[in-house]
Amino acid sequence: MTDGHFRQISFTINDRERRLRVDIRKSLAEVLREDLGLIGLKQGCGVGECGACSVMVDDVLVDSCIYLALWADGKQIRTVEGEARDGKPSKVQQAYVDEGAVQCGFCTPGFIMATTSFVEKCKGKNVSPGDIRKAHAGNLCRCTGYQNIFTAIEKSIESD
Amino acid sequence: MFDISSHKKAGSVKEAISLLKENPDAKLIAGGTDVLIKLREGKKQFSHLVDIHGLKELNFIKKDGDNTIVIGSGTVFSQVIESDIINTHIPMLVDAAQSVGGPQIRNIATIGGNICNGVTSADSASPLFALNAVVSVKGSKGSRDIPIADFYLGPGKVDLKHGDVLTAIKISSENHDHAFGCYYKYAMRNAMDIATIGCAVNLKTKNGRLQDYRIAFGVAGPVPMRCPRAENMARGQALSSRLIEDISQAVTKEVTPRTSWRASREFRLNIITELAKRATIKALKRAGEELP
Repeated sequence: MTDGHFRQISFTINDRERRLRVDIRKSLAEVLREDLGLIGLKQGCGVGECGACSVMVDDVLVDSCIYLALWADGKQIRTVEGEARDGKPSKVQQAYVDEGAVQCGFCTPGFIMATTSFVEKCKGKNVSPGDIRKAHAGNLCRCTGYQNIFTAIEKSIESD
Repeated sequence: MFDISSHKKAGSVKEAISLLKENPDAKLIAGGTDVLIKLREGKKQFSHLVDIHGLKELNFIKKDGDNTIVIGSGTVFSQVIESDIINTHIPMLVDAAQSVGGPQIRNIATIGGNICNGVTSADSASPLFALNAVVSVKGSKGSRDIPIADFYLGPGKVDLKHGDVLTAIKISSENHDHAFGCYYKYAMRNAMDIATIGCAVNLKTKNGRLQDYRIAFGVAGPVPMRCPRAENMARGQALSSRLIEDISQAVTKEVTPRTSWRASREFRLNIITELAKRATIKALKRAGEELP
C-alpha cells in the first residue's frame, strides 16, 4: 500500500465513506482543506493553540493541524460542513447565528465543533459557567467576541 | 506539511521496538502534541517516525491484584480525568491532567509522552514524583522498572535508549492507599499555558500528625524534583499553621528555579512558598483534616 510518501486510507467524513490516497506528511487539516475542499476549518496557529482547525474524530474533539491525516484511517470525522441537516443549521449553529456570536468568522467553525462536542458530552449534566469556559479554552477568538459566544453556548445547552 | 521522511506504523510494542532498531534515526510518535510541534519548527531529528498513536496495548488504566495502579503510557489526559480508578485513588493526578493545555490537547496528548518529553514543566511529572511512581520500559533486551526520579536524567533527557518504549506508569499501594494529594499549578493564564511553577503534595495523617509527607515541584529546577529535607522535617510533626509555614520556608532552601522570560527566579521562589502552603492545605482537606 505504501508508495513513497503516499498511503491509501479510508474513513468516514460527515457520514460519507471515502477512500483517499494521502500524503503521509500532511496533517488532517491539510487533507480536509486541500484534498477534500472542506474549507470550513481554518489553520490558525498550526501548533494546537488556537483551535480554529477543530474537528471531531470518532466524536472526540481534536486540533486537526497537529493530527496526522494517516491517523484518520478507519475513523469517523466530523467537520462544521456536516453539522447542518437538510439545509437546517444544527442547534449549536443556530444559537451562534441568533446570538451574533460571529465577528470575522475565522474561529467560528472550530468553535462550533468545540461547542458541539461539549453539548454532546454534558448532555443531562449540570453545567457551570466555569465548565463552559474550560471546555472552550482551546479555542481563541482574536476579535475577542467571547461574550456572545458564551451566550450562544449557554443557549446550545438549554433543553428543547 | 510536516517534514517527514519515513513513517512506520507499529501494531504492537514489540513491533515498535524492532522498527526503532531497524532505523537508528527513528523517533516514536504517540499523541503527537510535542513531536509534530517540533517537526513544524523544522527539527530534522524527528523526520523518521515509528508510530504508536492509538496503540490499544498502551491505552489502559487498571488496578492490579496487589492494589498497584497501572496507567498505560498511551493513555490520554482526558481518560485520566474520566477514570473512576484515578478519581477514587489519586485525585491529584486528575488535578494535573485537567491543567494540561485545553480540551483538544487533553484528548490526544498522552501521559507517557508528557514524561518522555523530559521537561520540568510537565504537569503529570511532579505528582508522579510525589507518588514515587515507577515507569516500565520495554526494549529489545527485555523490560525494566525505573523509579520516576531516576528516569529524569536532565532537561529534555530521560533514561530511554534507542529502541526503548515507555509502556506503563505504576503507583504501588503504599504510595496511594490512605494517602491524599493535591497538584497546584500556577501559570499566567488559567488554561493553555505552561506552568510557572507546579507543586504536588502527597501526604498521610495519623492522630493529628503528618505520618508521611512528600512535596514535589515542576519548574523549580532543571527537572521535576522533590524536597527531601523539607519532607524529613515535616514527617511526624503535629498539624499546625506553624508547620505549614515552616514547610513553605524549608522548600525554598532546596529548589533552584531560574530566571527566564516567563518569570524571574525571585517571583518563582515566591510562588513556590505560596503553592507549598496551598497544596498542603488542600491535601489536608482531602484527608479530612482541619488545621487547629
